[in-house]
Amino acid sequence: MPINRRAFVVSGGAAVLLPCVARAATVTDATGRELPIPGKVARVFPAGPPAAILLYTLAPDLLLGWPRANRPEECAYMLPGVCARPEVGRITGRGNTANLESVIALKPDLILDVGSTSTTFVSLAERVQQQTGIPYALLDGRFDAIAATYRKLGELTGRQNDSEKLARYADDTIKATTGRIAAIEASARPRVYYARGPRGLATGLGGSINVETIEMLARNVAGGNQGGLANVSIEQVLLWNPDVIVTIDQEFAASVRGDPAWSAVKAVRDGRVHLSPKMPFGWVDFPPSVNRLIGLWWLAKILYPDKFPEDMRALTRDFYTMYYHRTPSDAQIDHVLAGRD
Amino acid sequence: MTRSALPGLAIATAVLIAGLLLAFTVGRYPVSLGDLLTVLLAKVTGQTADVPTAVQSVVLQVRGPRVLAAALVGAALAVAGTAFQGLFRNPLVSPDILGASSGAALGAVTGIFFSLGVLAIQAFAFVGGLVAVAAVYVIGSAVRARDPILVLVLTGVVVGALLGAGVGLVKYLADPYNQLPAMTFWLLGSLAAANVSDLLPLFGPVAFGTAVLIALRWRMNVMSLPEEEARSLGVPTGPLRVAIVAAATLTTSASVATAGIIGWVGLVVPHLARSLVGPDFARLLPTAAILGGGYLLVIDTLARTAAEVEIPLGILTAVVGTPFFIWLLASMQRTWS
Repeated sequence: MPINRRAFVVSGGAAVLLPCVARAATVTDATGRELPIPGKVARVFPAGPPAAILLYTLAPDLLLGWPRANRPEECAYMLPGVCARPEVGRITGRGNTANLESVIALKPDLILDVGSTSTTFVSLAERVQQQTGIPYALLDGRFDAIAATYRKLGELTGRQNDSEKLARYADDTIKATTGRIAAIEASARPRVYYARGPRGLATGLGGSINVETIEMLARNVAGGNQGGLANVSIEQVLLWNPDVIVTIDQEFAASVRGDPAWSAVKAVRDGRVHLSPKMPFGWVDFPPSVNRLIGLWWLAKILYPDKFPEDMRALTRDFYTMYYHRTPSDAQIDHVLAGRD
Repeated sequence: MTRSALPGLAIATAVLIAGLLLAFTVGRYPVSLGDLLTVLLAKVTGQTADVPTAVQSVVLQVRGPRVLAAALVGAALAVAGTAFQGLFRNPLVSPDILGASSGAALGAVTGIFFSLGVLAIQAFAFVGGLVAVAAVYVIGSAVRARDPILVLVLTGVVVGALLGAGVGLVKYLADPYNQLPAMTFWLLGSLAAANVSDLLPLFGPVAFGTAVLIALRWRMNVMSLPEEEARSLGVPTGPLRVAIVAAATLTTSASVATAGIIGWVGLVVPHLARSLVGPDFARLLPTAAILGGGYLLVIDTLARTAAEVEIPLGILTAVVGTPFFIWLLASMQRTWS
């Protein structure tokens, strides 16, 4: 990287003259914005939950705090010292909960945001960067961009070796799961209804971030309309008659089997209603971050049980050890796989 | 008040019957008229119908309860709106004037915030509505003023605004990925999740509240007069006001707990009923109830059939209600006076 090296030399000189604004390199983020990154990134402020999880998996020591404080049950699966770091609020998205003055007071070297790279969020990033004088990196939060996002974050934080390992695991996971079912035609793939909410009547429309992994492996019954989350009626679900229901709601998963209104749905009749694991972070949907990688294996197994003989327990142990930096006990793995919180 | 109530009542009943027929026969899941009748007949006679189970559950578990819930909620809101418009002698009053909806909204979003179950969320909403109106009433009565009605309305507006701020705060603190969408959906109003177990908790309070209001129909006529005139006619305005507010709040809170926030029905339907049968509460209340049920049935049928995705009821009632209300204001002023 000759350009970066030159930038390093030039800004290194500037650093001698102006130590407060020491600038070591210019790195472009996922939206093509050029960011002046300090020579040593030691403190990173996560703009929202996806960014916090991504950063925790790569470099927990850099994480200044969490958008929301973690619960003790969640911390059982993470490094205790890092998990217990304070709540610092979130910056972008649906309204700030973090005060920009307190963000500046935390003296971050970098603000990291992971999510949509649409114009709205680019301009928000630009604005916060101008106001605070802190480089604001916006990375792509889409599921199939996870590997690229890790590599970019490695570049931003100088942890290229670690990020390459995580990026490669992400690549391998997507290749292994989608590759094994590549021969199955789209029309032969199971039709999945994704149920949210205590009555299971909120679902993700086609292309929504909530169903990215489901649509990667199977057909989303609500995929005919593009959009985000929407409410549907049970009649519509009966009409779709999905083969499989994937839900993140414990109450719905528990009640749907005995609910006469749902009894005629094929997935309910066949006993193919699956409750997604959610500890410490959800496996299918939220927060939409790297936690969905292990969920891809889980989905592949429930959708194509014959094609994926892997032991989910071993996969879980490996993923949690590698990404969450703590090896879960057998009892913890059972707890996670049961979908309990 | 010499005009006969019959034609008006007949029109309202026709709307309700048309609404019921329409609502039962159309839906996302295709059910033929023959199958529909077979299932309903088998249910009545207690035999097993020879139709696919999916059709049976659509008719008996999904569409049936939803149709009944829509009719009940529409009737409840219309009755409450009629009672409040009469009590406050103001045609712009709707059932949420004393904070019932805002209180229910705060109760529901709090329930969602703590990740409670459906029943608990509904109970929170119901109790929230009752508590809010009780608080408004206590505060409004404690303020000594020449015009107690005006003070009550103003207290309702102010407390409603405060509760709205509370809703905003809970939404602000909520988890943006899971809880916030649930709260948004709830606040927009929907009957998508209505099922058999919702019907009894809805029917009980609505029936009781409506019965109380109908029993008080003559006194409500007197209450529409200015305070001094009503007193001079020997009507105990204070206790009567409590009874009317309590009954209307009971019906409003029960319907909001089931269906979320649905505006406009309680504002528009009483006017429509008044234009049909005039201002006498003895005719107005039943007409408003029947008309409200039919009106919400039509709206809800639109909400669940227009697209694969549900259209929130609150949005539809506003889109239909606003032009309608403007037209009413322009053409029917005389029916109020």
